[in-house]
Amino acid sequence: MTIESTAGSPVARATPGTAPPTGPLRIRTENTWRQRQGYRTMIWTARALVLVIFLVAWWLLSGPVLDPQFVGSPFGVAERLVEWTGNGVLWSNTWITVQEVVLGFLLGAVAGAVLAYLVAPVRAIWDVISPFVMALYAIPKVALAPLFIVWFGIGIDMKVLLAAVSVFFLVFLNTAVGVQEVDRGLIDAVRLMGASRRDVALKVILPASMTGLLTGLRVGIPYAVIGAVIGELVASNRGLGYLISDSSASFDTNGVFAALVVLSILATILNSLVSLISKRANRWKPLSAEG
Amino acid sequence: MTTQFAVRKVSKHFSKDGEDLVALREVDLDVEEGSFVVLLGRSGCGKSTLLNLLAGLTTATSGAITYQGEKITDVRTQVGYLTQQDTLMPWRDVQRNVEMPRELRGERREVRRAAAGQLIERVGLSGFEKSYPRELSGGMRRRASLARMLSGDPETLLLDEPFSALDAQLRTELQAELLRLWAGSGRTVVFVTHDIEEALLLADRVVVLGPLGRIVLDQEIDLPRPRDPDDMRVAPHFVALHRQLSAALKEGAL
Ligand SMILES: Nc1ncnc2c1ncn2[C@@H]1O[C@H](COP(=O)(O)OP(=O)(O)OP(=O)(O)O)[C@@H](O)[C@H]1O
Ligand SMILES: [Mg+2]
Repeated sequence: MTIESTAGSPVARATPGTAPPTGPLRIRTENTWRQRQGYRTMIWTARALVLVIFLVAWWLLSGPVLDPQFVGSPFGVAERLVEWTGNGVLWSNTWITVQEVVLGFLLGAVAGAVLAYLVAPVRAIWDVISPFVMALYAIPKVALAPLFIVWFGIGIDMKVLLAAVSVFFLVFLNTAVGVQEVDRGLIDAVRLMGASRRDVALKVILPASMTGLLTGLRVGIPYAVIGAVIGELVASNRGLGYLISDSSASFDTNGVFAALVVLSILATILNSLVSLISKRANRWKPLSAEG
Repeated sequence: MTTQFAVRKVSKHFSKDGEDLVALREVDLDVEEGSFVVLLGRSGCGKSTLLNLLAGLTTATSGAITYQGEKITDVRTQVGYLTQQDTLMPWRDVQRNVEMPRELRGERREVRRAAAGQLIERVGLSGFEKSYPRELSGGMRRRASLARMLSGDPETLLLDEPFSALDAQLRTELQAELLRLWAGSGRTVVFVTHDIEEALLLADRVVVLGPLGRIVLDQEIDLPRPRDPDDMRVAPHFVALHRQLSAALKEGAL
């Protein structure tokens, strides 16, 4: 372990005009890879353990205690996944759902963020509009499905828009709150430096509201999946939602679970993508908050 | 000598729930160009409110304020203002915070980076260029804010209790630094503090404010410069002035 003082020797500082370089000691930590990864390894091991316990319990209970007709079994689900992978059913349907989710997510997120940046900075506009937004936000998005079928047919558009609508509100509201909670002092500070309105928007409001936007994106992901799958459940002949309804129509519980497994994996992957972005954008958060 | 700030019968009210809180009442004050004026007053007497008005961040309820003869309607870049509360951008590291005034002016990256580096060194923050504000101590944030204000190269400096969060030693260093920056530069400084000794070490002129910004005492400080804090404390003239200001502060409280 090497210790480096940033302050240097206190006697050596005599140069007039330079304030004494005070500050904390910087100690170069030489933790081993094992030490640094220790916590993560432990967490991942625990996670794997939870999963295994769940699967084993499922496997043991299915049959003797619970009716396999209703709960399926881990091996049945695995079997179905292998079968679907083999005949291409899995990939083609997953791809449809992925497209719907991603397109819907992007559409809703972009629309929500842009609108929030246009509306939220002007107090009066926001005050007029916000009750309407809140009223619309409260509508269960499932209730829109029949309407969207009438408007857009039963193709992929309908599912994309169902996904987009839920994401839109979450991103819009979170971003708007972020914009409105920008510290007035920061805006005054850049005005004092001669900032134009454009500078204020780009260099203060945008970065300050980033946390709100990212929160919106993160909570929006599961809703994009929900929107798309609801669309598929209501009317479709393709996609993971269709696989669910098709399997359950033929009492294939394992098939339903197999489709659900793929859906959760999909949501997890999208989630980690957004976490990656927010990690980069939130570097300035205090050290301790990152863990 | 021309007048930098002219404050004429300025009142400032804050209205809330149909009630007006009077922060300043009919304040008159002139600040000469090139002078170092210290505003001294108890907490809540309206010092920050007055600086906000001088900076053009808020407008007076009544009365008029001019800067170099022009009515103040908006902020201006010639006036640097170190506010009482921290306003560093939390998502920028120290280096990029200090660069900001020059960045907004459209200066080239290498130029402003070099200038910022020098200022960071002058306030004793070398080695912390890449730290974010939340990773700094309160006094370090204060110094970073000071460097940021200086990087805008203002001709008039408004400083609201800039050194109150610093230890005595560092405060002395930065006071000296500020005086070096001011002396012979023609810059005007308006400096707010509630520390009598600090006022006496820095000022050409100390204005003691009482409640509602009433001017209790307006005193020229003719102590010879440079004023070494250790020598000053025992100099009879310093002690006399100290007593006078202290009495004025007490009187103002009534
Ligand atoms: N934005 C505001 N809204 C309402 N009242 C305010 C506002 N700003 C200041 N005041 C009031 O004006 C008075 C003077 O406040 P000011 O901040 O100028 O005091 P100060 O002399 O700077 O005190 P301190 O030394 O504690 O900083 C206080 O009574 C305060 O409550
Ligand atoms: Mg104040």
